[in-house]
Amino acid sequence: MTTPMLEIRGLHATAGETLILKGIDLVLMPGEVHAVMGPNGSGKSTLANVLAGKPGYAVVKGQVLFEGKDLTAMPPEERARAGVFLAFQYPVEIPGVSNMYFLKQAVNAVRQHRGIEELDAMEFLSLAREKMKLVEMSDKLMQRSLNEGFSGGEKKRNEILQMALLEPKLAVLDETDSGLDIDALRVIAGGVNALRGPDRSMLLITHYQRLLDYIVPDRVHVLSGGRIVKSGGKELALELEEKGYGWIEQADGERSPSREAAANG
Amino acid sequence: MSNETLEQLASRDYEWGFTTKIEMDIVEPGLDESVIRFISAKKEEPAWMVEWRLEAFRRWQKMEEPHHWARVSYPAIDYQAIRYYAAPKQQRKLESLDELDPELRRTYEKLGISLDEQKRLAGVAVDAVFDSVSVATTFKKELEKHGIIFCPFSEAVKKHPELVQKYLGSVVPVNDNFFAALNSAVFTDGSFVYIPPGVRCPMELSTYFRINASETGQFERTLIIADEGAYVSYLEGCTAPQRDENQLHAAVVELIALDDAQIKYSTVQNWYPGDADGKGGIYNFVTKRGKCAGKRSKISWTQVETGSAITWKYPSCILLGDDSVGEFYSVALTSKRQQADTGTKMIHIGKRTKSTIVSKGISAAHGQNTYRGLVRIQKGADGARNYSQCDSLLIGSECGAHTFPYLEVQNPTAKVEHEATTSKIGEDQLFYCQQRGISEEDAVNMIVNGFCKRVLKELPMEFAVEAQKLLGVSLEGAVG
Repeated sequence: MTTPMLEIRGLHATAGETLILKGIDLVLMPGEVHAVMGPNGSGKSTLANVLAGKPGYAVVKGQVLFEGKDLTAMPPEERARAGVFLAFQYPVEIPGVSNMYFLKQAVNAVRQHRGIEELDAMEFLSLAREKMKLVEMSDKLMQRSLNEGFSGGEKKRNEILQMALLEPKLAVLDETDSGLDIDALRVIAGGVNALRGPDRSMLLITHYQRLLDYIVPDRVHVLSGGRIVKSGGKELALELEEKGYGWIEQADGERSPSREAAANG
Repeated sequence: MSNETLEQLASRDYEWGFTTKIEMDIVEPGLDESVIRFISAKKEEPAWMVEWRLEAFRRWQKMEEPHHWARVSYPAIDYQAIRYYAAPKQQRKLESLDELDPELRRTYEKLGISLDEQKRLAGVAVDAVFDSVSVATTFKKELEKHGIIFCPFSEAVKKHPELVQKYLGSVVPVNDNFFAALNSAVFTDGSFVYIPPGVRCPMELSTYFRINASETGQFERTLIIADEGAYVSYLEGCTAPQRDENQLHAAVVELIALDDAQIKYSTVQNWYPGDADGKGGIYNFVTKRGKCAGKRSKISWTQVETGSAITWKYPSCILLGDDSVGEFYSVALTSKRQQADTGTKMIHIGKRTKSTIVSKGISAAHGQNTYRGLVRIQKGADGARNYSQCDSLLIGSECGAHTFPYLEVQNPTAKVEHEATTSKIGEDQLFYCQQRGISEEDAVNMIVNGFCKRVLKELPMEFAVEAQKLLGVSLEGAVG
């Protein structure tokens, strides 16, 4: 039997002092792309941050296994080196550090961990050039300080470029579609689709169905109140688009007492 | 980062904290006229030099240690408890560098300074100052071919008295301030540079200062003169052993640029900073000033200050010649319990004079970092321009950053711009880097180096690499 890329069992997690995730179960097999949808405040970003190991987020109950290994025991940089990638909803800016330099550092940190020889400046440049085509990234953006003064679309393209360079096994895309116009969305979706493969799994976290027109998921999960309240095929996203989240939240409200009982039992 | 890792990193040693065991010629602690005469006699100085020192000493005795304006605090210094002269014993005069005491040679090698001319690939000539004396100067012959004088200060007093007498104290008068007056009375060695008219110095000149003996102060004097149309780039580095008591370093540096001359002066200051509790470390009270005496002359200061328990230092430019240019690029890092009060003074006197100030202050752990700068545009300085940028970066919540820009504009045609920012290394920035596989330490280094880039790129290549490493080492354990 194949080991799942990601296996989440009964995950309860806090952001600061607040319990946000209240029992998540999710299995992502190698090569699969799942979408996690849900209204604001449902816990989507918390899930992304917990997976990446952001300080301030704590697992209080349950398990997160990455290729069968306990992910929560690893510091964030080790998760990254092991192949977990998070495309940030709000990529940070680092003044004075060129985008090219930053990417080279990141790629070499990961290569070093994997026991592959580090790339020198020239080798990195040719690798970067090849991947830049994927998201139509210009040389000019590579010379600028990391994300400093980048437009929303440029920042998101830069995230996907990093994903292409780091070649993760598990990519979590946190609201990668937010703040994008349709052209930018198309470019980014094109980049993501090109990176799909049998050894790479993706978790698309999004509020809107729109992204899923371009990146078609294998499964769709609906998150509400810190739980997955409904899972289904790609058509579930369309149903949500049509009926809105109110429909799900209502259904969840009716069902949750019994689920609570089951969890406690 | 967990507390455990933090502690591990914080306990890391100051790499340059070793002591050289060598037989020394040392005076007893204390200061009076006889000590000054003793120093002068040791240096076989002419009468005018002794008189100059004694005059400075008399003025110093009437002055008070400045305690009211700088944002640094330390217990009163007992000037009678300091030794004012310490020099490695030397059997006889050296004929060549090969005869240098192997122990001294090893010391400099440990510090990464090769005194072996053959081994040096990059063209850098070094004057090595060990406690109170210069122990070696490399590439002297090569430089002499160009008419360049690069020698220990004490040698210049004997061999080039006309130049020393003309320029010594012409930029920093003996009574300029308390520490400059003290230095003028007791200075022991340092470097002297003269670049003749029209000569572009073919290599970087550098002085490496090492304090070794305990209880001693280091009082060096540097005088650099760039004659008309000359150019020189000068580097200064320094380290000291790790000790529990504080040691005083009070230097004076004077630069003079005549018409169309340029002096680029770079410092990487790495005196022992004391331990995490603030025990020990060097008190670095230094007066550095350059005079753009000639038209179209230019003086540029670049400093990376990572060491010392206390740094009190304002490399300045007097822009006397019309169209002259002054620059100040500074990175000052305070970690542990370090305190720095540093900045510059740009005094615009000539017409169309221009100055640029870029100051980057980094505070970590319990460090206190103050930028203090004066821009004065005098009445006759028509069309003068200044641009100042002062940025502070905070790492952690126990440190402090302070900015005191002073502006005195007496000419309505002047243009003065000032920008200032304060930022904090955010958890978000660190997490972002970590999520890309970069360790927290490397992430901090990267962010700090990015912050300092504008200054670091002013340093000669080799020095820039050294400075980057030093920033990294100085910050280890400061993040949490």
